[in-house]
Amino acid sequence: MFDNALFIGFPYAAVAIAIIVAVYRFWFDPYSVSSQSSQFLENRKLFFGSVPWHYGVIIILLGHITALMFPGVWGLFTANQTRLYVLEITGLALALMTTVGILILIYRRIADARTQTVTSPYDWILLFFLFLQVAFGFWAAYYYRWGSDWYLHTAVPWLVSLLKFQPDITYVTALPFWVRFHFLNGFVIILLLPFTRLMHVLVFPISYLWREHQVVIWHKARH
Amino acid sequence: MDIRSHVSMVFHLDKCIGCHTCSVACKNIWTDRKGTEYMWWNNVETKPGTGYPTQWEDQDKYKGGWEREEDGKIHLRLHGRKKGLSNIFFNPALPTIDDYYEPWTYDYENLFNAPEGDDQPTARAVSMITGKPMDTIEAGPNWDDDLGGSPLYARNDVNLDDLTDDEREQLNELERVVFFYLPRICNHCLNPGCVAACPAGAIYKRGEDGIVLISQEKCRAWRMCISGCPYKKTYYNWASGKSEKCILCYPRLESGQPPACFHSCVGRIRYLGVLLYDADQIEKCASVPDLELVAAQRNMIQDPFDPEVIKCAKANGISDAMIASAQNSPVYKFVKKWQIALPLHAEFRTLPMLYYVPPMLPVLAKTDKDGKYDVAGLDNEGLPAMISSLAKARMPIKYMARMFSAGNVKEVEDVYRKLIAVRIFKRAQKVKDYQQAEVDAALAQGATNPEEVEAIFRLTSLPTYEERFVVPPLGREVAVEAWEKPLERKTEAGFGVRNKIAKRKF
Repeated sequence: MFDNALFIGFPYAAVAIAIIVAVYRFWFDPYSVSSQSSQFLENRKLFFGSVPWHYGVIIILLGHITALMFPGVWGLFTANQTRLYVLEITGLALALMTTVGILILIYRRIADARTQTVTSPYDWILLFFLFLQVAFGFWAAYYYRWGSDWYLHTAVPWLVSLLKFQPDITYVTALPFWVRFHFLNGFVIILLLPFTRLMHVLVFPISYLWREHQVVIWHKARH
Repeated sequence: MDIRSHVSMVFHLDKCIGCHTCSVACKNIWTDRKGTEYMWWNNVETKPGTGYPTQWEDQDKYKGGWEREEDGKIHLRLHGRKKGLSNIFFNPALPTIDDYYEPWTYDYENLFNAPEGDDQPTARAVSMITGKPMDTIEAGPNWDDDLGGSPLYARNDVNLDDLTDDEREQLNELERVVFFYLPRICNHCLNPGCVAACPAGAIYKRGEDGIVLISQEKCRAWRMCISGCPYKKTYYNWASGKSEKCILCYPRLESGQPPACFHSCVGRIRYLGVLLYDADQIEKCASVPDLELVAAQRNMIQDPFDPEVIKCAKANGISDAMIASAQNSPVYKFVKKWQIALPLHAEFRTLPMLYYVPPMLPVLAKTDKDGKYDVAGLDNEGLPAMISSLAKARMPIKYMARMFSAGNVKEVEDVYRKLIAVRIFKRAQKVKDYQQAEVDAALAQGATNPEEVEAIFRLTSLPTYEERFVVPPLGREVAVEAWEKPLERKTEAGFGVRNKIAKRKF
């Protein structure tokens, strides 16, 4: 029963709340949606924290999502030992990069007086859970080797079952505590997303790749 | 022809006394909120000098504006589209607060609350960002004001790069220091770098009047506009996480008043009027070689009396009143008719719509080591060398060319020749110490005639409020009322308003 609440109830609740709040915020309080960059106040530490953090976490996340969307292809890819080694080592390196990055970002918020003034309690909550997520992800990848392979047979079918609205938690309940924690904490972050500056992920300006350079807005429609 | 109207500006630098009234008027209206303390949408710099933010003109450092490639195409110096997104986690060309200054106030309370002691209590400087005491204040608003000759500030001006050592010495010699003031606001460019650099597409140009604005609701603090603008006239509000910039006081403009900085200007140096321009030419114009930039930009501005232009303007929905306003525009006269106002740093290729009449010193000639005017060997074609010397000018003409004509010396010289003609003509008329031959020579050199000189004199020295500010009939409030309840947003809108404020009952 408790497992059902954790692995079925909580994910659904987290995603539902995230969607509702994000849509509400986007439509009714768009002014509040900002990445709240603090680079203007502190430049140097941010470089060593933000760049490894963002590039590391984006590539790792894309890996998670690709495996979830194309488990067959991913399985074929990891079937070859060399490819599996390369993937694991790359993953570990990225995880290390991400962890170091977020530690520097946390240190920056503690140590830099100017950055402190623009740090809210929400930022600390977010940083705390993000740190837990990458730390345990890193730990799981290192300690329970070949995660890029067993992910396909544990988390992926569980997530797919959730997506199909036919929840089946037997894939995950028997896993070690830290691994389960990593799964659930992922949904904590989804839940936090619309309540924090993490909103900026949803408004990543991909349209910059194709939009017209100059923007002119007319008050009245032109004939 | 795609004719559009643009509310444009001229600053007459000869009249600027550097009093900063414009800056203060602007500050009191727009930038006295948290996070904006350091912002001066309008600021006045001493030139030569490093300006605000420090060395803003150095695009090797700040990567603002556009760059021309060998094939004649232009691209943003800051980034292409892909690089724009890949640099989004860390913008290498972003100025930080230290490039402006850390805003502070004083702990005045201590003067009253300090315990009794042997010493007078002091009011320590306190940072307006961190709230902590600041031991050393290293920069502040107008930190290099009037420091024209200083080694720390003036000598680091990038516009001095092309000058010879001799010319630099001339500028900086003790007791003979020379400088002028440069008031700056957003140029409301035709090819703005900030708009092109914004990943979110939050910055836009208003079609009807050309005012460039940042949508506070779409801005996501990707902070590329700050680097993209070569004039550093977009600013990051570190408290709200939004960029802000000069809005040309559009709420004032829409109710028929000039912007606050224009209105309050003590020296009456500012002119506001409509220009009609051909929007089809923007890209071509911004892509010509450096030396042709000023001429190309002038060429883009259309004659508001030309029937063909009027026809195209009307076809584009520009009202008769707006066209009449363009015909009466002081900006058109300075920029196109008389050609004595030039854009600032045309080489940034953003096509700024704020033009400057370059300053003349009372005496143009430079001095030698004994303090005597060094005009020996100058052939000024019969003009008094002391007030007409450009070859041996105290403020080297190359310096002016670098600032106002993308390095085209001839362009600046032409302006000065005409301004000198005005000066000699009027002096001959009032003081009567020049011969008619000298006046004629001056008119010939300035390629001008007595009527034009009188008109320039009139609009420079004796313009009325109505002549300086030909505020166009924007009529926006009328248009808005047609489809919105006029009182609906009363007390509920403005900068920094995140949540609905309860409607006032009284």
